[in-house]
Amino acid sequence: MSFLRKVLAIVWKDVRAELRTKDILSSMLVFAGLSVLIFQFAFDLRADNVRLVLPGVLWIAVTFAGVLGLNRSFILEQDRGCMEGLLLAPMDRSAIYFGKLIGNLLFIAVVELLLLPLMSVLFNVSLLSPTLVLVLALGTLGYAAVGTLFAALSINTRAREVMLPILLFPVMIPVFVAGVQAVSGLLDGDTLADIAKWIRLLLAYDGIFIAAAMILFDYVVEE
Amino acid sequence: MIHVSKLVKAFGRRPVLRGVDLDVPAGQSVALFGPNGAGKTTLIRIIAGLSKLTAGRVTLGGQDIQRSGDGLRRYIGVVSHNPLVYDSLTAEENLQFFGRIYDVPELEPRLKTVLEQVGLTARRKDVVRTFSRGMIQRLAIARAILHDPPILLLDEPDTGLDQQAADMLRTLLADLGSGDRTVLLTTHNLERGIEWADRALILNGGRICFDAPTAGLSGAEFRRIYSDVVGG
Repeated sequence: MSFLRKVLAIVWKDVRAELRTKDILSSMLVFAGLSVLIFQFAFDLRADNVRLVLPGVLWIAVTFAGVLGLNRSFILEQDRGCMEGLLLAPMDRSAIYFGKLIGNLLFIAVVELLLLPLMSVLFNVSLLSPTLVLVLALGTLGYAAVGTLFAALSINTRAREVMLPILLFPVMIPVFVAGVQAVSGLLDGDTLADIAKWIRLLLAYDGIFIAAAMILFDYVVEE
Repeated sequence: MIHVSKLVKAFGRRPVLRGVDLDVPAGQSVALFGPNGAGKTTLIRIIAGLSKLTAGRVTLGGQDIQRSGDGLRRYIGVVSHNPLVYDSLTAEENLQFFGRIYDVPELEPRLKTVLEQVGLTARRKDVVRTFSRGMIQRLAIARAILHDPPILLLDEPDTGLDQQAADMLRTLLADLGSGDRTVLLTTHNLERGIEWADRALILNGGRICFDAPTAGLSGAEFRRIYSDVVGG
């Protein structure tokens, strides 16, 4: 219970700070919205069927906007040495990881909640099905799990804005492949059973990387 | 309370601490002096558990910092160069957050006491980014003592403070140093340091070169000793 209380305290702190500054959400929302608009204009001219490109556009918008949020969430910890303040606390350091992970998940989820209706309107396709939301949630969990670990790793490097996507994107390929395939299937009328293999891949990815990140986080934040 | 034995710390091939031995009994205030690069901050960081040692042993209250679990960090409060507080939270929110991750019992009354102690009660609802350097430093001290740690590590707590803020800090440290609390502080201000502490140490070239009680030691005399030891 003590572990959970500390995780929730970190989430509370991140949400509280974000509600006051709106630094993370505003940059993520503007970036995601603009990239979807640009894709809409670009593909409206070239693609006959937007269903072919829509899954890719969705995941690209979420991924690129997510990078901004992941970076910002650790910049908050770097200002005035706050990360050291967390490391000094008498708690397992995986509590810091889970606190930051949940905070990042919340911020990405807010962006997705606004992105889905926007894309439905712009591309004239319904994206508000529970199965699609499930696929998006599982993909986002894996993305935030790895992204939180790599954001902690890259925050102390000189070129952190560049370093995070360089580290993160290659590791995210299984999530992109499974996510795009599953969303494509759903837009083509597939059922949950038809896309089960992609769901299983996302579940396995989430499980493996959350466990690995939990173990590795202590080494990542150590001097 | 703090026992350091044959402590060595190297960054790559560059040794910073070259076999430091130090014993600080419970309730003693020790001021650690030394030129830039002497290893003062490194020593504080190792004792705080923020940095790994290369060789040697550090124990706090008899417990080895390398073998003990996360719980040992509860016994330490740290004020470092950085205040370790969040700019976008209020003073009260910062302390509420740190109180929760330190499992401080009866947090609200404790928070009230600590804010009064550092003179920030009137500004408790204000966001930290509106604070002056001195106020942020006082909040950093409030954060460090919130869980009432028996050991307080202060790394140049007076850096960047004007005379008025430094006077307030002196009064605060005198309160904190009274009783059973063990205080280890570093500072570049020789007079202020010997006024604050019971014992003075000079660290130079990764070794402790001077160790004496401050009682009866004048500022001028200590300045001369410091120049002799450090060679400045």
